[in-house]
Order: sequence, then structure tokens, then C-alpha cells
Amino acid sequence: MTQTNDKPRVGVTDTLRRFDDRRAEAVSGLRQRWSDLPRAWRVGALVALIVVLYALPDLAIPGIRTTETDFTGVLFLVAIYVLIAVGLNVVVGLAGLLDLGYIGFFAVGAYTVAIFGSPNSPVVIKFPWLVCIPIAIALTMISGVLLGWPTLRLRGDYLAIVTLGFGEIIRLIATNSTITNGNRGIAGVPVPPGNWPSFVQTIGIDGEPLGGRALFSINDTRPFYWLALTAVLLCMYGVRRLENSRVGRAWLAVREDEDAAEIMGVPSFRFKLWAFAIGAALGGLSGALFATHNTFFNAESVLLQTSILYVAAVVVGGAGNLLGVTVGAIIISYLPERFREFADYRYLLFGLALIAVMIFRPQGIVPSRRRAVELADRAKEAPTNV
Amino acid sequence: MSEPQTTTPATGEPLLEVDNVTLRFGGVVALDGVDFTLYRGEILGLIGPNGAGKTTCFNAMTGVFRPTSGEMRFDGERVSGRKRYEITRMGIARTFQNIRLFPEMTALENVLVGADARHRTSVVGALFRLYRVPVKRHELTEVTAAGLAGAAQRLRRTGQRIFGLSRHVLEERAARQKAEALLRFVGVEGRLNELARNLSYGEQRRLEIARALATEPKLLCLDEPAAGFNPAEKEQLLQLIRKIRDTGVTVLLIEHDMRLVMGVTDRIVVLEFGRKIAEGSPAEVRDDPKVIAAYLGVPADAA
Repeated sequence: MTQTNDKPRVGVTDTLRRFDDRRAEAVSGLRQRWSDLPRAWRVGALVALIVVLYALPDLAIPGIRTTETDFTGVLFLVAIYVLIAVGLNVVVGLAGLLDLGYIGFFAVGAYTVAIFGSPNSPVVIKFPWLVCIPIAIALTMISGVLLGWPTLRLRGDYLAIVTLGFGEIIRLIATNSTITNGNRGIAGVPVPPGNWPSFVQTIGIDGEPLGGRALFSINDTRPFYWLALTAVLLCMYGVRRLENSRVGRAWLAVREDEDAAEIMGVPSFRFKLWAFAIGAALGGLSGALFATHNTFFNAESVLLQTSILYVAAVVVGGAGNLLGVTVGAIIISYLPERFREFADYRYLLFGLALIAVMIFRPQGIVPSRRRAVELADRAKEAPTNV
Repeated sequence: MSEPQTTTPATGEPLLEVDNVTLRFGGVVALDGVDFTLYRGEILGLIGPNGAGKTTCFNAMTGVFRPTSGEMRFDGERVSGRKRYEITRMGIARTFQNIRLFPEMTALENVLVGADARHRTSVVGALFRLYRVPVKRHELTEVTAAGLAGAAQRLRRTGQRIFGLSRHVLEERAARQKAEALLRFVGVEGRLNELARNLSYGEQRRLEIARALATEPKLLCLDEPAAGFNPAEKEQLLQLIRKIRDTGVTVLLIEHDMRLVMGVTDRIVVLEFGRKIAEGSPAEVRDDPKVIAAYLGVPADAA
């Protein structure tokens, strides 16, 4: 999986590249060792990892805690970004459709929960949170299909431009429509039901034991994080299942050669539409969870550059690979919070990082097996042409 | 030159009827009233000089282009106007003149995509696996391990007995077996998990045939399958094409290599400038003055 290059290497670029080669070798070695482990071990390791993830807000691991912002809040944000990256990966990484308007789906999901659930919206009937979430997912799926139906006949750059337009349309509607209440936004987004079981005697932030009180409250971010983490894990599991099925193969085939796929019996339009709908649903879900946690959503959260940031997460991490896009999402969302002093330069730094990745590692940090080989080959064919 | 095979004349019933098909691109007439019939179980050669319209004819048959006029019937059903993947499911499969595999997928996955043409599992089926099919005894998970892992296997086995297996799992299993068998059939063994782009040229060509066969076609269209092959590889290909025909698949073959065409086909259709100029057994076609003229040109004094 490494780029082999016979000519001697000197200079900063080559040192960096050599460093990256060694890192890539280590990664592929690790991957091999992991897949060589007995199944029971792998399951055990995975379960342990999941337990650690759930316990993360309460674990005092030195160095990872954010100093200036609430660590649990950051974890929640990271989980939301991972969910977005997993959804966008279906569209960009697997089906190969460049979507630059993903924030649109995020916004549709967030606004759906706000509008149908909040008492401050013009919709008269209020639905509880548990009803709002399926509505949000359904509406974003529908918006994905509505966007995809006319536009998925386009390919490549043309599709990217159209999706960019979609994101802008959603942003303009959010800013100007009376239903969304513009920049003033909608407050009072409902939270999930449920209480702490009465046996929980842990002391909450206000000095009273938690048992019997509402699970989702402004005082405690942990349940929101657990909720988001659960959503992430479920969605990853689902996407994984799809990847290893006829659907995943159809997506890859369309990405590789749409005409050949069609002639081999793949109804490409239908599968592209599915990719769009699934991607949209995950984006909508993440938006809905985001609005739930903030209990507020306004048009200022709908920004074009956020869409670009999402694509950056997927591309930097490694399009087409679940682990890769997770790493990408964590980098994009966690680092600016951990190193707050750089937060103002966030877009500058990610821009530079994107360029660096494009030069040194076009397949992303954790590439999918397939793309890794492809790009290594290309480097072999034209070593100067990077 | 090997003696042209005088195999069974075309006695089968018609499989594909190309009826007066014309295809125009603006002022260019790519196909001009082409007319021929393909019979079940035969190997038909489609030959002609460069630019005669052979590949265009393939494209019209597989739904890439829609004929301007005329009609094609496959197995009694109209072909023209259908979607490309529907035509594949009707039973027409093809390979490409310039190889068009899915380069970043493994050899096995390439063939699986072809096999998927006959599958019904879609997003919901793959996600939730609710559509259950009862399993036979030999299909149950075998208990191979001891201890905890063995207990897990036994539990799975019991689950399968009660709930059956999902259609997704059964389709995946069958497809995998089919794909492995097909790769063996065309001679790309032992490289199942190699990316298609890393296979040798000859293997890629054969992989394309395996992928096309995986769609379970009644008619297999090969577009210059021997291009770039050395004589030994051509001989292997010739055997392979016969083997394919012997499994009951009708073959339509575009090929420039006359030796191959004469050696393997039952009948030949000759195109020139989008028009059919001859049709018949290899021997008939070879001696047809019009065909000779098309390939070698007409002497100036004869014109």
C-alpha cells in the first residue's frame, strides 16, 4: 500500500513523504494483524472500545480533555461530526457523488425537530421528541430524493454545483422564511423523554442525587453524548451491512464505471438515489440531534463553509473507509476545541491540511483498501506528477 | 488455416431478430437497414472493416443507443426502448472492445456485480434481513470450535433452524459460489481477491467474460475478445467460446482475427458502411466477392 519510488529522496517534501510511507506501512501492518486475530478477540476488543467510548466523559485520561470548553459538549460535537461523515461517506466515498450541499440536509433535520416540536414555532400541533425524530429522518430522506431525482442524471462536477446550490437554497429559506424565524431561530426544541433510574445515587451538578430526575436536561450533557454515540454506532453498523451487500457493490460499480455497471444489470439511478436518501437521512438525524442538544436552531448554523468542512472530513480521513472518515471527522471537530488558540485559524489550517493531504496522501489518512492501491499505482506510473 | 467447422446449421429457433435497424447520428448513418437473425445455440460472427458499424450494432442491441428506426426482438420481446439493465436481465450480456472492468474492485467482486443482476435484495433487505427463507440441514452453520466460540456457533445454528436465513445471506452465498466457479471456468483462478486493475491483460479480458456470464445471459456478445492476444491465447479463447456455447449460451462475436472467426463461428454476418453485405457459413462468406472487395478493395480496372 505504499508508494514505492526508486529515485533517491532529498528535501523537505521527500522527507515528509518518506515519513508518510513508513506511517502507511505501519497502518497496513496493523490492519493485517487485526484481521488475523481470532474473531472472539476482535469482538472483545470492539466491545471494550465501545465501553470506553461511553465512559469517556467520566474518564480522566490526561491530555485529551479540553481546557476551555466543556469536554462532554465537545464529545457530543465530535459524535455529531462522525455521524455526518458516515452519512456523507455513503454519498461521496461509496457512490462517488460529490455533494457540496450536505449542510442542507443537516438543516432540514434540525428545523424539522424544531418546527414540529417547539412551542415557539408557527406549527400549531406539537409532537413529542420521539415522534419528531422519525419525521425529521423521513423529511430529510424525502428532500434527498427530491434533490436527487432531477439532478442525479448529472455527473461529476455538474452534480457538485447543483448540490452546492441546494445548500444555498436551504440557507436562504432558513434566513428569510417566517417559519424558520431567520437568525432569531427557534428555541424550545424538545428533548428526549426518560428519567434516571431511581437507584442512581450519583450526585448531579446541583448537589442532588440523579435518580428519578429527567435524563436529558441542561445540567448534564452526558446523556446527549450517549444518545449521539448510540446513533453513530447503529448507523455505522447499518452502513457496514450495506457496504458488504449487493447495494455496496452497486455503489462501487457506479463509482468506478457507471455505464459498464448499468450494462451489467445495475439500475444505477435507483442505487444513486438510495445513496442520496441514506446520506440525507444520516445528515438529517445528526441535525436533529444537534438541535435537540442545543434546544435551539437558527439560520446562522447553516453555512456553505460547513458543507465544505464536512467534505474535508471525508476526504482528509479517507473517502470510502468508515474508520478513515471517522478519523477525519474527529480531526475536523476535536482539534479546534482542544487547541482553542487555533480555533480562529480553523479554516486556514484545514485548508492547508487539505492541500497537504492532496499532495502527500491523496487517498486520505486511512485510505480504503481499493483507493490506496489505485493511487499508489498512479504514483508509480507518474512519480513526478503529484 | 484450420478447416472451418461445419457445425450444426442454424436449426434452433430465432433468439434475436434484428429487423431493418437504422441508426443515424445527425447526418452520419452508422447502421443502415441491418437485418439478421440469430438462432439459439449458434455462434454468429459479426465482421467487417473498421468503422463498419459492428460495435454500434452491439450498442444498439444492449440499449446504449436507440435505433432511429427498425426493431429488435429478443426471445420474442422488443428490445429497443428498454433500459440497459433491463436488457441485461432479459438475457443479453456483453464485453467491451476496450476493457471496462471495475478497476478498484477485486476480481471476485467484479463477477459478483454481474451475478447481482439476478438478485433481489436491495437496501431494506440488506439492512434488516427480515425476508427469511427456511434452510436445509447442510446449509446450517457448522460447529467447529470448542468452548465459548463453539457455544456461539451452536447458538447461531439454533437461530438459523428457527428463523431460517435471510435472502441476502443466501444470495451472497450462492453468488460467491457461482462467481468462483465462473472464474475457474474462464481461467482466472487463484486471484479472486486481486484488484481487477492488477490482473494481466489476458486475465482482464477473461474476467470480463466471467462477469458477463454471471448475469446468466441467453446471448453473450463478445466485442473483439482476442484483441492483443498471442496465438496461444487465441487458441485458449477459441476453446473457451466453444465451451460457453456448449453450456447453452448463444454467442455473437465481433472479431478481426479471421482465423479465429472462421474457426469458431457457425455463421457470419458481414457489415460494411453500416450495411449488411453478406451472410452465410464461414466458407460462403470467405468466397463472397463482395466481402473480398470490402476487405481487400476493388481493383481499379474492375470498378
